[in-house]
Amino acid sequence: MSDINVNTPMENLTIGGNIYTSGNARDFKTGDWRSAKPVYISENCKQCGLCFPVCPDNAIPVCKDTLQRTDFNYDYCKGCGVCAKVCPFKAIEMKEEGEE
Amino acid sequence: MSIRERLSGNEAVATAMKQINPDVVAAFPITPSTEIPQYFSTFVANGAVDTEFVAVESEHSAMSACIGAEAAGARAMTATSANGLSLMWEMIYIASSLRLPIVMSLVNRAVSGPLNIHNDHSDAMGVRDSGWIMLFSENNQEAYDNTLMAHRIAEHKDVQLPLMVCQDGFITSHSIENIELEDDEFVKNFVGTYRPEHYLLNDKEPIAVGPLDLQAYLFEHKAQQADAMRNAKQVILDVSQEFEKLTGRKYGLFEEYKLDDAEIAIVCMNSTAGTTKFVVDSLRAKGIKAGLLKVRVFRPFPGEEITKALSHIKAIAVLDKADSLNGIGGALFEDVTSSMFVQNIHVPTVNYVYGIGGRDTTADQIESVYADLAEIAQTKNVGNPYRYLGLRKGDVK
Repeated sequence: MSDINVNTPMENLTIGGNIYTSGNARDFKTGDWRSAKPVYISENCKQCGLCFPVCPDNAIPVCKDTLQRTDFNYDYCKGCGVCAKVCPFKAIEMKEEGEE
Repeated sequence: MSIRERLSGNEAVATAMKQINPDVVAAFPITPSTEIPQYFSTFVANGAVDTEFVAVESEHSAMSACIGAEAAGARAMTATSANGLSLMWEMIYIASSLRLPIVMSLVNRAVSGPLNIHNDHSDAMGVRDSGWIMLFSENNQEAYDNTLMAHRIAEHKDVQLPLMVCQDGFITSHSIENIELEDDEFVKNFVGTYRPEHYLLNDKEPIAVGPLDLQAYLFEHKAQQADAMRNAKQVILDVSQEFEKLTGRKYGLFEEYKLDDAEIAIVCMNSTAGTTKFVVDSLRAKGIKAGLLKVRVFRPFPGEEITKALSHIKAIAVLDKADSLNGIGGALFEDVTSSMFVQNIHVPTVNYVYGIGGRDTTADQIESVYADLAEIAQTKNVGNPYRYLGLRKGDVK
């Protein structure tokens, strides 16, 4: 099931594209849909924890041991900007994708 | 042991549904199919079935509810006609692409507009390439029998496609005829229990149905649907053969009526086949070698088999009860002629669009078609292949 990819012949695909396992949304990277990009400014971050619960995908990794967030995982960030909006400390700045 | 009864076509289908006892029926009333959910809701109220009846607010919701139920692992049925089917349009394709074997009774009626509630096949023809298996029924007996066979075909592992059973609105849906019913126990055993391999309510296997299907996958999933549709032909034959063994009532992909030695033949579907049989008999009595090919399985279209059955005919008329408004001819005509062409069988063939909006089609009209065919067989001159039967037209040349 999880080994289905763009080279899988039709005979080995599930009907209707059904997915018979769970927890595989991480296999579907949607970061290339992004036109705006959040930039993490770690020196402003107070680790208040407001940003990661509002991320609709899996773009803000949080360390299990320290419970501290790290830099964005852009594989899953569609650039919606919700995290930047909720940040009280200007630790997330939205930029145009491709801008340095 | 069959039970002799007198039922209308709608009563026959509702009775079949009662005996099938599906898990879910979701339907919205629309003439001329209204009676089917109406009768069925009384079965629900009387406790004759265990079905969850969903009184939806539209046909779009009726098909949506059937899709949800079927994906959840239930057996779902519905009934509709004409504009009801039009309103289902979006969900019709979802049902087939998600490979959900929903069974629908389609009581054929003209799609508006202008507004008309009577029979033609424009509703069915509108969804003919939507990935649904389509069975047509000459009379109430066939509507009943096709409904009993429907789930066995649709749910088969090589198929897994939705299926619609068509019959002519009013002409058969509201006409009371003699019918042979099977008893409840027979139907229960014949139809069997629905045990899908994967379904949403299986807590041991969390699944996702209907995910995003972009450039890398949709092509293959559509080709899978096309394969399933081709597979359906053999499954229909197998189920029909088993049904015949048990009931004595024979069904194939189509019915050949005095076609073996025929020189001229009509191809048509649903109730007009009854009128045509009457005409064939009277022509045979006069020594005219007339025959009929009545299409039962319209999707998948049995093109090779029909070509074989018609290859010896000298002139063919294909009767379409829906004008395709495409400048070239009706849907059945296109399918028959293109099937024959690609198999390199060339028989003079003409198309008659007839019976639009419930216009009566008489035995005399059918006889006039055979007279035209006799002339074409003799002269080999097809003339205008795109003709009308029973249309008022002045003699303006």
